[in-house]
Amino acid sequence: MKVYFEGEGELFTNPDPDIARKHFRKKNKTLVDKRMKIEDAIGKFVKDGEYIAIGGFGGVRVPTALMHEILRQGKKELGLSGHTATHDFQILAAGECFNRCDIAYIIGLEARGISSNARKYMESGKVKTTEWTNAGMAWRFKAAALGIPFLLGRQSLGSDGIKWSASKVIECPYTSKKYATFPALYPDVALIHVHEADKYGNATIRGVSIADHDLARAAKHVVISCERIVDTEEFRNDPHKVMIPYFCVDAVCEIPHGCYPGNMPFEYFSDEDHLKEWLTVERDPEKFKAFLDKNIFSCKNFNEYLEKNGGLDKMQELRKKEFLEE
Amino acid sequence: MSEYNSMEMMICVAARFMEDGCSAVVGTGAPCAAGMLAQKTTSPNMLILFEAGGVAPLLPTMPVSVGDSRTTWKALMASSMTETMSLTARGMVDYAFLGGAQIDKYGNLNSTMIGNDYRHPKVRLPGSGGANDLASNCWRVMVITPHEKRRFVEKVDFITSPGYLEGRSSRDDSGLPADTGTYKIVTNLAVMGFDNPERQMEIETLSPGVTVEEVQENTGFELLIKSDVHETEPPSKETLRILREEVDPHKYIIGR
Repeated sequence: MKVYFEGEGELFTNPDPDIARKHFRKKNKTLVDKRMKIEDAIGKFVKDGEYIAIGGFGGVRVPTALMHEILRQGKKELGLSGHTATHDFQILAAGECFNRCDIAYIIGLEARGISSNARKYMESGKVKTTEWTNAGMAWRFKAAALGIPFLLGRQSLGSDGIKWSASKVIECPYTSKKYATFPALYPDVALIHVHEADKYGNATIRGVSIADHDLARAAKHVVISCERIVDTEEFRNDPHKVMIPYFCVDAVCEIPHGCYPGNMPFEYFSDEDHLKEWLTVERDPEKFKAFLDKNIFSCKNFNEYLEKNGGLDKMQELRKKEFLEE
Repeated sequence: MSEYNSMEMMICVAARFMEDGCSAVVGTGAPCAAGMLAQKTTSPNMLILFEAGGVAPLLPTMPVSVGDSRTTWKALMASSMTETMSLTARGMVDYAFLGGAQIDKYGNLNSTMIGNDYRHPKVRLPGSGGANDLASNCWRVMVITPHEKRRFVEKVDFITSPGYLEGRSSRDDSGLPADTGTYKIVTNLAVMGFDNPERQMEIETLSPGVTVEEVQENTGFELLIKSDVHETEPPSKETLRILREEVDPHKYIIGR
């Protein structure tokens, strides 16, 4: 096969499906209770130096509670999938938890503005980067989920991004046209927040699923946080509701409002004031340190963070906002 | 003639390009307003898509994120990014609205970094997100942007989203799908296109009261000028009413 071009970006993970196959062969396929405390799930499945990926869309259905715990446990030198990463990226950058990053979208919070602290971290030279795109990263998870080493696409062709990616431009053996390769990405751990899961890890997602269908299948370990634990009968009676099947999942943590201050579709809208506070307070390093101490490091758990930011009253307000009941 | 600000003008002009029955991936802000306005005026049968997976929502208000709940409000599908991006790859999407920190004379966009060394950027920007994907695979790219010299540069520091690359046939030669590329640039001063063999930015119409010289002064490279350059038709009273009362009543976008 003719190779026209090779990007010089580093491939942080091995795309060989046979390595993944050996791992997946050993995954437990029996129905076992995987409920555990957030502290235990992060302690057990997120190890320093591993490569992690975050589900959701930055400020939508992100596992905030799981990420706060990563900071509290002081996880370091992680690899990170910077795919549609906004508030999730802001949190992990605040903890300086990662030292390499596959970039599709980072440091910004979409229309809300740029995280000055995350930008500073990325400009500091502490993080190795490889450049991708949102579809490129989605294709990489899809390839991994399919058990193949890469997929093809025409995104990235001709751009400068491809020079700093690990894509190659090849000649299609059928059409003789040029395509970019998107190598399979098998993260060590995926952290995904969902609406409902049973104790075995069967999980349902309402609203857009972004790339989580494939991410859950690509990752070697999956930690699920959920708004509610439900009985398995709910899925047995309605099996199409399962987006992530139990055998992909390693831990299930029930944490209502676990995506706050993000938007959990059909549950609660994003707390725009709190996200704005994050962006504002970041500009003053001392104030930011105090802010992180208050909201993350001094909190014994996620509920304490919720309490400090308005508790149930706030959650009810955001629930009304979600359903446009002003 | 009605009174309007430049944001209102840009949204109304961009919306006009959406023919009825077209499909478009829109983002937050002005592109979303243009899509919503088009749906209520020129293109009632327009299919609006959001890159995180929202398909054909009945948008009740402006979204703050291209993945938030508003993007699936009474939608016909809450799909995935993999789904919407595969729609663009198989040629189902006519328009994408994009922006960037820099745009050059071939319509290439930069949203990755400022500086001349990728490894040591002067300023790091968010990166492609879905912009490169949409610029590569949608049929036509629309850009709504303020017309500033620092933004309109001879050569972007980094091609995040491809326009016509180095002009002529270079986009096709790179392997990108044929007949795709940057379609119109809508600014407060002018509407520009690339309908010439060089594939260079060319003034097509001028906002009321604006001269070619003024556009050129605010641009960091030499613009081509279409032989029949004329005035951009101002927004009608009715279009402005719909924009102000139905699309953006809280003035989130048009109040900027």
